[in-house]
Amino acid sequence: MNQATPMIEVTNLDKFYGAFHALKNIDLTVHQGEKVVICGPSGSGKSTLIRCFNGLEWHNSGRLVIDGIEVYDGAKEIRELRQEVGMVFQQFNLFPHLTVLENLTIGPMKVRGISKAQAEETARNYLERVHIPEQADKYPAQLSGGQQQRVAIARSLCMETRIMLFDEPTSALDPEMINEVLDVMVELADTGMTMVVVTHEMGFARKVADTMVFMEAGQIVEVSPPEQFFTNPSSERCRLFLDQILAH
Amino acid sequence: MSDLGISRPKGQPLPKPPFLKRFFDSTLISVGIYVVIVGLIAYGAYIGAQGMGYNWQWYRVPQFLYRNTEVGFEWGEIPIGLVATIKLSVTAFILAMVIGLLVALLRLSDLVIGSAIAVGFLELIRNIPLLVLLYLFYYVLGPIFGFDRYTASILTLAVFHSALISEIFRAGINAVPTGQWEAAKSIGMSPSQTYRYIILPQSVRFMLPPMTGEVVHLIKSSAIVSVIAVAELTTFGRNIISDTYMSFEIWFTIALVYLVVTLILSIGVSHLEKKYAVDQ
Ligand SMILES: Nc1ncnc2c1ncn2[C@@H]1O[C@H](COP(=O)(O)OP(=O)(O)OP(=O)(O)O)[C@@H](O)[C@H]1O
Ligand SMILES: [Mg+2]
Repeated sequence: MNQATPMIEVTNLDKFYGAFHALKNIDLTVHQGEKVVICGPSGSGKSTLIRCFNGLEWHNSGRLVIDGIEVYDGAKEIRELRQEVGMVFQQFNLFPHLTVLENLTIGPMKVRGISKAQAEETARNYLERVHIPEQADKYPAQLSGGQQQRVAIARSLCMETRIMLFDEPTSALDPEMINEVLDVMVELADTGMTMVVVTHEMGFARKVADTMVFMEAGQIVEVSPPEQFFTNPSSERCRLFLDQILAH
Repeated sequence: MSDLGISRPKGQPLPKPPFLKRFFDSTLISVGIYVVIVGLIAYGAYIGAQGMGYNWQWYRVPQFLYRNTEVGFEWGEIPIGLVATIKLSVTAFILAMVIGLLVALLRLSDLVIGSAIAVGFLELIRNIPLLVLLYLFYYVLGPIFGFDRYTASILTLAVFHSALISEIFRAGINAVPTGQWEAAKSIGMSPSQTYRYIILPQSVRFMLPPMTGEVVHLIKSSAIVSVIAVAELTTFGRNIISDTYMSFEIWFTIALVYLVVTLILSIGVSHLEKKYAVDQ
């Protein structure tokens, strides 16, 4: 894995919200095809970190290079970058006034300038991949939460993304729908996609993660392969956190 | 008062509301009360006019609605004036929407200068009376830029109403959750694409009711351009009265015409609203 090309390179990154120091001296490298799972207590900066990766938030100092493009506020290439970096949100954020198919085709058509016919073909392809080809003409509100989240994943994939970011993709779902979304994510991982996933689903993490990251109070406290992370974490805080979430 | 949250055994009828409430809530009684009140007002006006020796001539009013002359059927001044009012209002409203949207976008933009200009514009327009604004456009800006009374009227109405319309746009745009912005950004959409394909289509639902109110408001305030003698409903009314001295009949008729137009509009839009609510 380590001889592969770096896709995300974070060096000495700091981020402030006003006077609040949200990310402190972050260093992290994600290689092509690598799956990174980030966990940590609420407010530790997990969302803030991955939102920096597609320019939804801007860092204040340090360096962030994604797929060879230097990311900073005002960077000209930021829109091209966002087309390469897909993001799946906790609250799905589907476009409620568009059908499922339109949700999937609007990006390729308007942003990439692909023809409608071709965009629809790609969209149906990806709907097949997330196992809901029959829902193409429904509106998001007519779908279950699990189905909506799978549409959201397909929407990102339709942009032919090279990196996928997930911000707690299953934590707004009813328990019986969590697995249908995780299964799709596991299948996606098997295709070799580079993935950064913020989640507390440790079963999923054990199955797909190449690297585990534990964050606390705006800092990365632990980076290790899952075998070591789950059995013998080097930091005491990480051990306590794992005990807590694995207890139930 | 409400029985929300109080568990009632299933199948048991709701307790009857008090007699007075039932009495006033029934359709028949409400309509009856309405008719009585309107009747009393009309009767009061009639008695008042009688007292000052007014000579009612309702039979002369229809000729201002339509005429059958030797050349055939012909619309009267009032419908012609109404069409002119509608044309004026529609043109002014479209222009007001354009200005209003631009001001709203400026105000919402990250540009400090942009939002400063927008706020300045809003404060200025809000604090000038409509009539003064009309005089400004007609007597001051008109001669400078060389536009006629009709253009001055349209500009006045458009600029005056654009202020409130921009606030309606702003509220409608802000009512769309930020997650929609983030989702659009994350598939690489530019701000203008996001507005066009994602945000504005969703804000229509929030903007429809206040926007209708604003159209009604604009149609009513369009009457003010009669002070610079632009051909429209109110001006035609004034002309008829100066020819016939039937002020009561003509003003009542004109008021009724405005009322009917704005009522039709409100009813039409409430149907539209239901349609939008079902679609979502
Ligand atoms: N827009 C903002 N303005 C000010 N402070 C913010 C903003 N967004 C996040 N924060 C703060 O930054 C810190 C990190 O937030 P972040 O959302 O990244 O945490 P998180 O690890 O994702 O937590 P959670 O598990 O609850 O999602 C929090 O203390 C939060 O209050
Ligand atoms: Mg978060």
